[in-house]
Amino acid sequence: MAAQILSAIITIIVGVGGAIAYFWGANRLLDLIFPSRGVAGMAAVDNLRRQGFIRPWLFIGPALIILVVYLIYPVIQTLYLSFHDRSGENFVGVANYAWAFGDREFQNSILNNLLWLAVVPAACTFLGLVIAVLTDRIWWGTIAKSLIFLPLAISFVGASVIWKFIYEYRGDGQVQIGLLNAIVQFFGGNPQVWISLPFWNSFFLMVILIWIQTGFAMVILSAALRGIPEETIEAAVIDGANPFQIFWKIMIPQIWGTIAVVWTTITILVLKVFDIVLTMTNGQWNSQVLANLMFDWMFRGGGDFGRGATIAIIIMLAVLPIMIWNIRQANKEGGL
Amino acid sequence: MAQASGKSAGKSFFGKFGVHLAVLVFVVIWTVPTLGILVSSLRDKDQIIASGWWNSFASSTQTEAGRLPPPENQVEKDGRFVIEGNIFGDDPPRTISAFGTRAAAPTQYAAGETADLGDGVTLQLNEDGTFVLSSPVALEGSRGQRVYFASSAPPRFTTENYETVLFSEGIGRSFINSLTVTVPATVIPIMIAAFAAYALAWMRFPGRALIIATIIGLLVVPLQMALIPLLQLYNGVGLFFGVPSKTYLGIWLAHTGFGLPFAIYLLRSYMAGLPRELMESARIDGASDFEIFLKIVLPLSFPVLASFAIFQFLWVWNDLLVAMVFLGSGANQLVLTGKLNALLGSRGGDWEILTTSAFVTIIVPLLVFFSLQRYFVRGLLAGSVKGG
Repeated sequence: MAAQILSAIITIIVGVGGAIAYFWGANRLLDLIFPSRGVAGMAAVDNLRRQGFIRPWLFIGPALIILVVYLIYPVIQTLYLSFHDRSGENFVGVANYAWAFGDREFQNSILNNLLWLAVVPAACTFLGLVIAVLTDRIWWGTIAKSLIFLPLAISFVGASVIWKFIYEYRGDGQVQIGLLNAIVQFFGGNPQVWISLPFWNSFFLMVILIWIQTGFAMVILSAALRGIPEETIEAAVIDGANPFQIFWKIMIPQIWGTIAVVWTTITILVLKVFDIVLTMTNGQWNSQVLANLMFDWMFRGGGDFGRGATIAIIIMLAVLPIMIWNIRQANKEGGL
Repeated sequence: MAQASGKSAGKSFFGKFGVHLAVLVFVVIWTVPTLGILVSSLRDKDQIIASGWWNSFASSTQTEAGRLPPPENQVEKDGRFVIEGNIFGDDPPRTISAFGTRAAAPTQYAAGETADLGDGVTLQLNEDGTFVLSSPVALEGSRGQRVYFASSAPPRFTTENYETVLFSEGIGRSFINSLTVTVPATVIPIMIAAFAAYALAWMRFPGRALIIATIIGLLVVPLQMALIPLLQLYNGVGLFFGVPSKTYLGIWLAHTGFGLPFAIYLLRSYMAGLPRELMESARIDGASDFEIFLKIVLPLSFPVLASFAIFQFLWVWNDLLVAMVFLGSGANQLVLTGKLNALLGSRGGDWEILTTSAFVTIIVPLLVFFSLQRYFVRGLLAGSVKGG
């Protein structure tokens, strides 16, 4: 254990030192090869131009190499693998896609993902907006927001344990130590095994993600609400608008862009949801989702890379419109 | 007009009250789940299953089974063979309300009553656990009499669960593993991204716009797209050089790769907002880009570097997927999230283990989060285009 801590510390020092050495050394080398000081006239100008040509690539080089190896190459390779068999060697055309759409478990995953997509982003955005509006009006709003924001720091696995404890089931008549079943029993209902109830179990898993992500929506929307000019609301009050009209007709239209950002961010997160399903049910009782199915196929029976890659591509296709929209938006804002 | 204002005043009183109440309800729903595992992790492990954690300050009742000492302890007293003692032995004291000697009727007799066990044998079990077993003839056999009893124990809070999970369940080791993964995986991308972000914000070169567009595109690429090819690549490299394919270096670089687009995006948009005059006057003074970056841009960018560091730290610490793919499941590589997932399978109903382990897992992010919330929110607001 001590050896491990030591090796971690050494690696940090070597890694950081190496990075510093690279950036410093490469820049120094450039200055030595094309000196701009101490050389006369045109030569200095020439060297300065050559430096300006090379230096950006020294700065951005390491990042580019890592991006290519860890993201760009894998994306292309995944696409390639999705047209090949389990070993990745033999071309099989669209057989993996044909398999996917005929497979019961895959169909079930798609259905569940659609359900998640329909419920989670909407619920988080709605709850986040409501809490943002309410907490802005009371003196202890900041504390309340901090507490609601807190689950965002908790891992999905940790949150799953927390909620599994809430959903814990003991036989009818026994003392219920799960909060939900205790409440149900208190009101005279029958305790249930919540995470194995067909269809409804997905909702009990969604609650976990909503619990985590509402704080995110709340913080972003709260900042947007603060940015609304006072005059627009005052003008509406003078014109006799009631609070609901002010909320729906004055405030919402002004933060529409932010709502879209929150919605799409959570949508992407939902498409990738994996940990919660793995730890709560591992896809049993018809609660499977794409990301967990993909992980499953990566290792099932020694691993079927073709099918795993195909499921990854399908997740990617769902994200693609958001990706294009983001790039166009950045382009419009002059970021490029 | 007067009527209208009167109505709105009344409404605002109830409205105000309603707002406080509504926020309180939300706060309770959002904090109670975490409170549940914190309280449970500090409870006695027998009490966790005997009563809900919300009752943890009340005495808990449970039905227990015990065994009296074997016949060899009997003493002869007034012509009868007697065994005396306390059923709890060295265990924490409890209060017994009823007892029995058959599993089918564990609470047949009230505490203090004398039970007739047949053949003239009697057993008296008192509230405090003391008992008297008395028999007209010498008791035989090597095992003591089985006894069932309903007991209620005062609430007991303890840190035993923490000792157990940290030192014998392997959570302590996993904690170190998590740190080993997280710290370098947070530091490395910051350095690489900072240089790249500066180049993209303040240097002119062909292909710059294309690189920025690519990075914005990569922001939302699902991790799932990268897993299989990288797994193949790592296995290939491992095989080729005869080294293990699952190493800490491998996961550091993987987390660096996955974190870079967001890091570059976040840092670039911040650096691009720094005043242009600052760079230009430094350049006129003869400073090179390297010097400008190191002496002006880097110190000014501290808030955004802190934001990214917190993000990356939380993301890596809380990650399960990348760790499961790129690290082994042995004790020397299993991180906290992976360990917790394994415990859910192997110790499914042992809530004292699960709640305590979960709390150990989430305590570091919670501390980071509470002490550095300001930077975290700033990063969130600046980078909310990323898919998380």
